[in-house]
Amino acid sequence: MDGHIPALDLRRIRDDFPILSERVRGKPFTFLDSGASAQKPRAVIGAMVRMMETAYANVHRGAYHMSEVATEAYEAARGAVARFLNAGDVREIVFTKSSTEAINLVAHSYGRGVLKPGQAVVISEMEHHANIVPWQMARDAHGIELRVCRITDAGELDMDDLAAKLADGRVGLVAVTHMSNVLGTVTPAERIARMAHEAGAKVLFDGSQAAVHRRVDVQALDADFYVFTGHKLYGPTGIGVLYAKAALLEAMPPFLGGGDMISEVTFEKSIWAPIPAKFEAGTPPIVEAIGLHAAIDYVQSIGMAAIEAHERALVDRAMATLPHIEGLTLLGRAQDRGGVFAFALDTAHAHDIATLLDRAGIAVRSGRHCAEPLHERFGVESTCRASFGLYTTPEEVDLLAEALRQAREFFR
Amino acid sequence: MTDLFGDLRDLYQEVILDHGRKPRNFRRLDDATLTARGDNPMCGDRMELFLKTAPDGHIEDAAFQGRGCAISMASASLMTETVKGKTPAQAKQMGEAFRELAMTGTCPHCGGDIADDMERLTPLSGVHEFPSRVKCATLAWHTLNAALDGAKEASSE
Ligand SMILES: Cc1ncc(COP(=O)(O)O)c(C=O)c1O
Repeated sequence: MDGHIPALDLRRIRDDFPILSERVRGKPFTFLDSGASAQKPRAVIGAMVRMMETAYANVHRGAYHMSEVATEAYEAARGAVARFLNAGDVREIVFTKSSTEAINLVAHSYGRGVLKPGQAVVISEMEHHANIVPWQMARDAHGIELRVCRITDAGELDMDDLAAKLADGRVGLVAVTHMSNVLGTVTPAERIARMAHEAGAKVLFDGSQAAVHRRVDVQALDADFYVFTGHKLYGPTGIGVLYAKAALLEAMPPFLGGGDMISEVTFEKSIWAPIPAKFEAGTPPIVEAIGLHAAIDYVQSIGMAAIEAHERALVDRAMATLPHIEGLTLLGRAQDRGGVFAFALDTAHAHDIATLLDRAGIAVRSGRHCAEPLHERFGVESTCRASFGLYTTPEEVDLLAEALRQAREFFR
Repeated sequence: MTDLFGDLRDLYQEVILDHGRKPRNFRRLDDATLTARGDNPMCGDRMELFLKTAPDGHIEDAAFQGRGCAISMASASLMTETVKGKTPAQAKQMGEAFRELAMTGTCPHCGGDIADDMERLTPLSGVHEFPSRVKCATLAWHTLNAALDGAKEASSE
């Protein structure tokens, strides 16, 4: 490695995504909502179709050729995810249907199954509802205390407040985002993990956004739990990932019960299967796992470092234009950030802006982006959010800025 | 870079922009006899509606407060203007007719004694081409129904 990161061949990359050549309302499709769900490259679409056409059967169930082929492909996907996160052991990868399900799994099996009533879980003010509501449910059902770490006006985690929240030693788990889906803030995961561990707590990172934009190394972070979701990583919907240290998975009771997660069943009792099968009850998302494997291969063929560098250039471009648009308020000014920008305009409501931009072929999200408490924190009713993917071009960032200027005039 | 937004003036007609910017009857009614909150949780649009009804039930005054997009503000503003003087039955009939107008762009039940008032609401008919925005336009009318029915909350989800 000479440290040189090649620039992305954007034209070729965009050709890999068939939907990007669609036209919307007579205009080129400017897709700036990858943070909600990313588009799919042909490699992913093809891998899923190929599997269904040539290698499909249920997994772990049939003593016949096609089931063995499918099982092998499914387990190969687990191996690819383990390498993607640099997990030490492939048994530490549990497939779920989404990030949401992965966090619910931890809230149930670790939150209620291992933590004791009176212990606390720390989340932050910038969490997605997926990392708020499961902990409220664990609190209400199991008597866990829920603590909310403050963020600064710049939209960064308030590390002093985190230290304060950890101080009494009663925290069992710190569950925070690795990258905010609203502010774009990347949190200092290594430092958070160190602080949590020093206070005797485990740590969970919601990597739904982060894993798409940066190389994640769960061992370097010393993460106890790490979750992400396939559809934001250019993969299919219906598949998510829970990474958890093997010892934790061993100690946790199962989440869902059913087929495949047991080694012995009588009507008196059942004996759990070894990990990770213990946490994969029922027929798993098989085709989706194959799609996720293809998505990981795809981003790795481009290189996470190259993707990160490309997106950094887009972020710099956006930061050089968006904050200078008259009447525009940008939420959060984190030092370390990715390509997610939530903003409000003084003359127009978020929905009106989104409708206008849609007419220009530009797709942005409007509303509260499943982060209602965060909007309350910043005192805004709703925002528009533009989020970038590896196929986003500098020209699209400029088009957004120009469209916002015109939208502001439209509503004056 | 001209005309990025094409024919959007059809949706955002001057009446709507005007009522969106300067909503009429935008205040609390301290002597309200019926109130309800309307909430569009997905969007964050929120409103509180105040009605003052006479002993015979007809609506003497209507006002609202809240925050939302131009469409929802304009719709609430126009609604408070048009339901004044109506009986609850007439107001509900207008609401039914309006929901149809917002969803389909046409209004087969807009005739009769509500014709003039429905005419004032037609600038909002453009939303029917924007399915994700229809609920912005109908939130006020859902809230009106809730108030007339004595419910405290309405949602246009
Ligand atoms: C930070 C964050 N966490 C969790 C989620 C939930 O992901 P999913 O809906 O795939 O479960 C999302 C995306 O919606 C997200 O952005």
